[in-house]
Amino acid sequence: MQSNHTSATAPEPITIETNPDHEVRSLDTMCINESEQKHPAWYNVKYLLVGLWFGIVFVKAEVISWFRVQEMFHFQSFHMYGVIGTAVVVGAISVFLIKKFKLKTIHGEPIIFHPKQFNKGQIYGGLLFGLGWALTGACPGPLFAQIGTGVTVVLVVILSAIAGTWVYGYFRDKLPH
Amino acid sequence: MLEMLKQPWPWYVAGAGIGLIVPALLLLGNKHFGLSANFRHVCASCFPGNVKFFKYEWKKEIWNFVFVIGIIGGAFIATTLLADPNPVVVNPNLEASLKGYGITDYSSMVPKDIFSWEHLFTLRGLIMLVGGGFLVGFGSRYAGGCTSGHSIMGLSNLQWPSLVATMAFMVGGILMANFILPYILNL
Repeated sequence: MQSNHTSATAPEPITIETNPDHEVRSLDTMCINESEQKHPAWYNVKYLLVGLWFGIVFVKAEVISWFRVQEMFHFQSFHMYGVIGTAVVVGAISVFLIKKFKLKTIHGEPIIFHPKQFNKGQIYGGLLFGLGWALTGACPGPLFAQIGTGVTVVLVVILSAIAGTWVYGYFRDKLPH
Repeated sequence: MLEMLKQPWPWYVAGAGIGLIVPALLLLGNKHFGLSANFRHVCASCFPGNVKFFKYEWKKEIWNFVFVIGIIGGAFIATTLLADPNPVVVNPNLEASLKGYGITDYSSMVPKDIFSWEHLFTLRGLIMLVGGGFLVGFGSRYAGGCTSGHSIMGLSNLQWPSLVATMAFMVGGILMANFILPYILNL
């Protein structure tokens, strides 16, 4: 009798080895860094370049503007809906093509996707996140970009977000999921 | 050309530019687009305490810190080399209602009448920056991701839990902006 989870059989169970608490990983969007390859640290420069592009788009499309986010939540402008909608369409087509043609990374690794599991945190946490999003006028990506535009006081927002994350981690087991 | 780049970019250019990050990260190294995880990595690397949630091999996630440094750098380039000298153009209705709360400065991406060191220690400054930041961090981790992880990456991968999360983000934001924020801005 052979189980799917025996480690003897091959490359599948990459999911568990960084954190023994499997639930933590399956509930979360992160910790799904599947790359098993070891590269020199400077290889991370590629992510720096993607980040640079992202930062420029963020600022030039005013996605990081508190005003634009308020317009969105008041239904006073199509801009943000257009940005997010186009991003999802382009992203979805890309993911579809990657799956269809079984594309590999530039280093030859197969690309792995994860189904997300539903839990009530996506509702409770999502609502809390939304409340915060309208207050700060920025989700995590734009917060970092705002620092780059010279609004240093946003450091306070980021530190608060880190504190919020820590408090969530501390009380995680007691919260409904 | 440079003059064109300095104008605010239309939504379809920006949307496509952001959407292409999804395949870029996947093809460059099997990385799933997501940014709020960085807050968790900071906790895990700096003060994990005795919390199991922060005990993992964060060094594997350094790429995400590098990605963030890139975002900060890109934003800096966009505001220096590609700067648009004109203030943000917003919906006149919004402009009128914000004026009632003393928000008149459109020179920055954020209203400096609230988002500045000198206004940080006012009641509304503390609620919006410290309280808002806390909710963003707590909520995104509770939801298992933020706008990038759920609304872009999750929806691109057609995950319905991400659609639930995205709708919750929007409901929370609409509630705050329309029904709660007016009271906070009046403080």
